[in-house]
Amino acid sequence: MAAEATAPAPRKSAGRRLADFFQGRPRLTVAALLAAPIGWLVIGYLGSLGVMLAASFWHLNELSGEVVQGFSLDNFDTIFSDEVYRTITFRTIGVAAAVTVTDAILAFPIAFYMAKLAKPRMQSMLVVAVLLPLWSSYLVKVGAWRLMLSEDGAINWALEPFGLHGPGYGTVAVWLVMSYIWLPYMIIPIYAGLERIPDSLLSASEDLGARPGRTFRKVIMPLTFPAIVAGSIFTFSLTLGDYITPANVGDKQFIGNVVYSNFVANLPLAAAITVIPIVVMVIYLLVSRRFGAFEHV
Amino acid sequence: MLGPSGSGKTTTLKMIAGFEQPDAGKVELGGQDVSGLAPYARSVNTVFQDYALFPHMTVAANIEYGLSIAKVPKGERARRRDEALRMVRLGGHGERKPNELSGGQRQRVALARAIVNRPRVLLLDEPLGALDLKLREQMQVELKQIQSEVGITFIYVTHDQDEALTMSDRIAVFNEGRIEQLSSPRDLYEHPANEFVAGFVGVSNAIERDGKKLTIRPEKIRMIGQGDPTDGLVTERGKVTESAYVGMVTRVRVELDAGGAVQVALQNTESEAEPGGSVGQEVVVGWRPEHAVSIQPGERKESVQLEEENVS
Repeated sequence: MAAEATAPAPRKSAGRRLADFFQGRPRLTVAALLAAPIGWLVIGYLGSLGVMLAASFWHLNELSGEVVQGFSLDNFDTIFSDEVYRTITFRTIGVAAAVTVTDAILAFPIAFYMAKLAKPRMQSMLVVAVLLPLWSSYLVKVGAWRLMLSEDGAINWALEPFGLHGPGYGTVAVWLVMSYIWLPYMIIPIYAGLERIPDSLLSASEDLGARPGRTFRKVIMPLTFPAIVAGSIFTFSLTLGDYITPANVGDKQFIGNVVYSNFVANLPLAAAITVIPIVVMVIYLLVSRRFGAFEHV
Repeated sequence: MLGPSGSGKTTTLKMIAGFEQPDAGKVELGGQDVSGLAPYARSVNTVFQDYALFPHMTVAANIEYGLSIAKVPKGERARRRDEALRMVRLGGHGERKPNELSGGQRQRVALARAIVNRPRVLLLDEPLGALDLKLREQMQVELKQIQSEVGITFIYVTHDQDEALTMSDRIAVFNEGRIEQLSSPRDLYEHPANEFVAGFVGVSNAIERDGKKLTIRPEKIRMIGQGDPTDGLVTERGKVTESAYVGMVTRVRVELDAGGAVQVALQNTESEAEPGGSVGQEVVVGWRPEHAVSIQPGERKESVQLEEENVS
């Protein structure tokens, strides 16, 4: 570089020569831009996924307890034949679905207010407010809920005057906490989706005689459906894979807990169990596509 | 409704549609007070500036939207939809989606979607603003034809004076939230009520003579050569300070010896000669006395009586 700096004036800088090289070579430019991120994704994400899938076909040596790297369907056989896994799978999917529906119902009015009614200042304040919980540690939030839900915690204290009792630790608590923690992941996509609908479309619907309810059903919902699905992919898949919340405020096992508990003891079985949420997500995405969630994007 | 941006045209339009509430006064539709009614309860439809077509519906579904809300039976709905499509010359495009259409076609769909409901009044908010000049001029003619075919009152917002003059039966000139003048296009152009209207619609040559403000349209002023008859003309001496060739006419600016300056529009009847003389030349200009319209200076102070604006 030093030699370059002292070179005669007409000589182009390295940056300039690089720019000249890419000028008029759009394919090469794209390739250079994407090489690093794509490489990272292929090796880091698909690679690890591949290793995991391969590991799901391994099995443990019954005597030594060591992993044997050979093809066997033992793990899947265990998962399919043992009723415990089926119960856990359905419980996890059920809670994931409940969390998703709850978040969609909670998120929509907030997102609608943010996108269509709030003034710009309020709008940016709300975006920060929605994102703020994501800045604090996930563990802290679960811990806080654990305290609130405990027998002498804030929830029971607040409900006591009404003669009521909180849910305590259990599946209901898992549903509550997950709904709280993943809510921003639903609000933000719906907010973005609503932002993209011009206000004039809502005015046009009203102008053509539609009451608010019809405008919502015929114009707002179809146009925000892809955004809701995008949000639901977050809430659904995050719930499917979580093990910290059930471990702290639940009383039953979720898929994540089973994976976690087998992680050290029986890695091949843990890998096989993780195939369950992957298959569930693939089905979920296929069904979403069937309903046109990925059109008009 | 003609006026510069920010003059209150669109706000007025929104009040008629029901999207804005008037602070004072009321909106009457056919003699009926509709001020308190929501947009969906008024027999008024709007062609929006950005067309506001529903992107997830076909052209046919867009047009039928209002009809299905009004519970028009299926058969009649289809008949009226096809009629509206034919009227805007989009027959056969019913199954397309809005994003498969050109700007001009979308504009027609927006129009069809509004008129198919047969509203008492159709509101158009700068509907041609996004189209290029040629298409805009073509659509102006078509809009007028459609208007006379359906016989619905069109209230049209524009800031383009040519468009307003071409399309309107009556023009309300807006300025700073007030109507400066409400009259026919001819009246507006030939007899502007004040300096603002004279300046906003067409080119205004405002000069002061004997303490009175006068305005003379550029095409009403002629150049008078040696020996030309001047019977019945007001003549003044002056000097050419600018001359611009603009195709159909040459615009010549003449500074008058008696004070002030006028723009003169001269027909380019000869293809080579420069009419009106070159810059610096001493000339005589003349006009018929009735073409020098006396105007009030500035803007109108009192509000225009809005009674007449009631839509009927």
